[in-house]
Amino acid sequence: MKDIRQHLVLCLFAGALAVAPGAHAQQSLLNVSYDPTRELYQDFNAAFAKYWTAKTGQAVTIKQSHGGSGKQARAVIDGLEADVVTLALAYDIDALHEKGKLIPADWQKRLPHNSAPYTSTIVLLVRKGNPKAIRDWNDLVRPGVEVVTPNPKTSGGARWNYLAAWGYALRQPGGNDASAREFVRKLFANVKVLDSGARGSLTTFTERGMGDVLISWENEAYLATKELGPDKFEIITPSLSILAEPPVSVVDKVADKRGTRSVATAYLEYLYSPEGQDISGKHYYRPRDAKVAARYAKQFATVKLFTVDEVFGGWQKAHATHFAEGAIYDQISVSR
Amino acid sequence: MKPKQSSVLPGFGLTLGVTLVYLSVIVLIPLAAVFLKTTSLSFSQFWDIATAPRVLASYRLSFGASLLAAAINAVFGLMLAWALVRYTFPGKQMVDALIDLPFALPTAVAGIALTALYAKNGLLGQYLDPLGVQVAFQPLGVLVALTFIGLPFVVRTVQPILEDLDTELEEAAASLGAQRWQTFRMVVLPIVFPALLTGFALAFARAVGEYGSVIFIAGNVPMVSEITPLMIITKLEQYDYPGATAIAVVMLTFSFVLLLAINGLQAWTAKRTGREH
Repeated sequence: MKDIRQHLVLCLFAGALAVAPGAHAQQSLLNVSYDPTRELYQDFNAAFAKYWTAKTGQAVTIKQSHGGSGKQARAVIDGLEADVVTLALAYDIDALHEKGKLIPADWQKRLPHNSAPYTSTIVLLVRKGNPKAIRDWNDLVRPGVEVVTPNPKTSGGARWNYLAAWGYALRQPGGNDASAREFVRKLFANVKVLDSGARGSLTTFTERGMGDVLISWENEAYLATKELGPDKFEIITPSLSILAEPPVSVVDKVADKRGTRSVATAYLEYLYSPEGQDISGKHYYRPRDAKVAARYAKQFATVKLFTVDEVFGGWQKAHATHFAEGAIYDQISVSR
Repeated sequence: MKPKQSSVLPGFGLTLGVTLVYLSVIVLIPLAAVFLKTTSLSFSQFWDIATAPRVLASYRLSFGASLLAAAINAVFGLMLAWALVRYTFPGKQMVDALIDLPFALPTAVAGIALTALYAKNGLLGQYLDPLGVQVAFQPLGVLVALTFIGLPFVVRTVQPILEDLDTELEEAAASLGAQRWQTFRMVVLPIVFPALLTGFALAFARAVGEYGSVIFIAGNVPMVSEITPLMIITKLEQYDYPGATAIAVVMLTFSFVLLLAINGLQAWTAKRTGREH
């Protein structure tokens, strides 16, 4: 009898421990991110955990989840308990507000630089020796050039690819919406494989040997040449490209429910610290911090960049015009 | 067995009740939810989504490749089952176990393995490419993946029937002067045909809904190598739930009608050959 009572007390105690979000409990965060940030956040998470323990005495474990940016946003809306999201484009985080009411509408104003702690751009990855002599965007629409890119419907990176090509065509002499549309149509007619995410496309191009050119995140292209050998691939930086700003946000509803708001906020702010900026530079993202950026300046080619706001009037507009159901991307993919 | 006899057996009410409840909970309610979701669309919206050119192209690929894959599996599955039942050979147990592997393997693993194999720098692809045969990232790749996942269905449905089939029947046919082909066509085939149809239907149904393995090998190019499940996923990723369910409803209806027809055909042939189940 006594045994049972002891057991019961123990159970109750254990139960109370599990419920209390006390200061002694182990903190954990889930960072739901997009495809090519795996390596970046592996490094960053370790650095942040060390920093957080030194600062507060609390241990924190950070789990990460990766996939196509749109798919990841949908998973969070459908109930995946992400304390923070670090996605490929603002439109996907906007969806957390619009479809899920998980964050406030002005989420992008909460952190510096439109909540994008690092930037990147879109470059072209070709095989060693550049056998098809690809120098710029206009080489991608030549007949006989096989292009690999992820699907703009499912991949954030691919939307940047598409908009970069559109912006290039628009800024050519005599460029207008009609000529840009024709340019992008021709480009996508040359696409032989459309994977759902950037990492899938990278695999298709590098491991499966498909295509002459991969339209890629700059960081992903550098990673590929570093990991898979500079003797196999070359990076071609186009004359003009887009400034890709992958933003981050705390997911307010989840963080409040799980009692992780302070650590989640600190996690994102640490991305802006010199250490965080340095890690992003190491992983071939372009740091925002001028000092850190100067240190990494020579690893990037200089490229003229335009922003989504300048050319397309923001992501909501860009989405409605290009990627929504029946919009331009849908129209050009039918008339291949 | 005639239907009215079944009432003589005890437990008819109970088992039928359980059957209906179970079917409702496991199958009908989720499917009803799919149909319900589409009611937020007007009929013209539904029709526009379900008959968009890209979606039509995906039906052609999904249903065409699935039927073809099931047909290939019906032919080769029957041969495999025959070899396994009728002959003893070293490693037979191994072969028997191998057949179930497509069941057990996560579909994504199958898809990646097949893609790596058939890509133009892959183990098989490097020999096919000079011949001008491209499998990976082409509709042909879809067919290969669907054939892979469908094989066990045919073998496992035909095998028990062949095991029940006495060799005496074939011997009798032979002693009455039948050629080997005649024996096969007129004695063996009619007996296994209903089971073969079941296997075909199962392999087809599985192939139509298959996503994981196909997506890696298909190439997913609009109008060429997009399967219908991909169209559904694409809609979902744009938060277009009604659009996704609209395509799902078309798929379900198509599949149901085809399966019903195959079941009908099976019942008819079973009756004709006097082997009712």
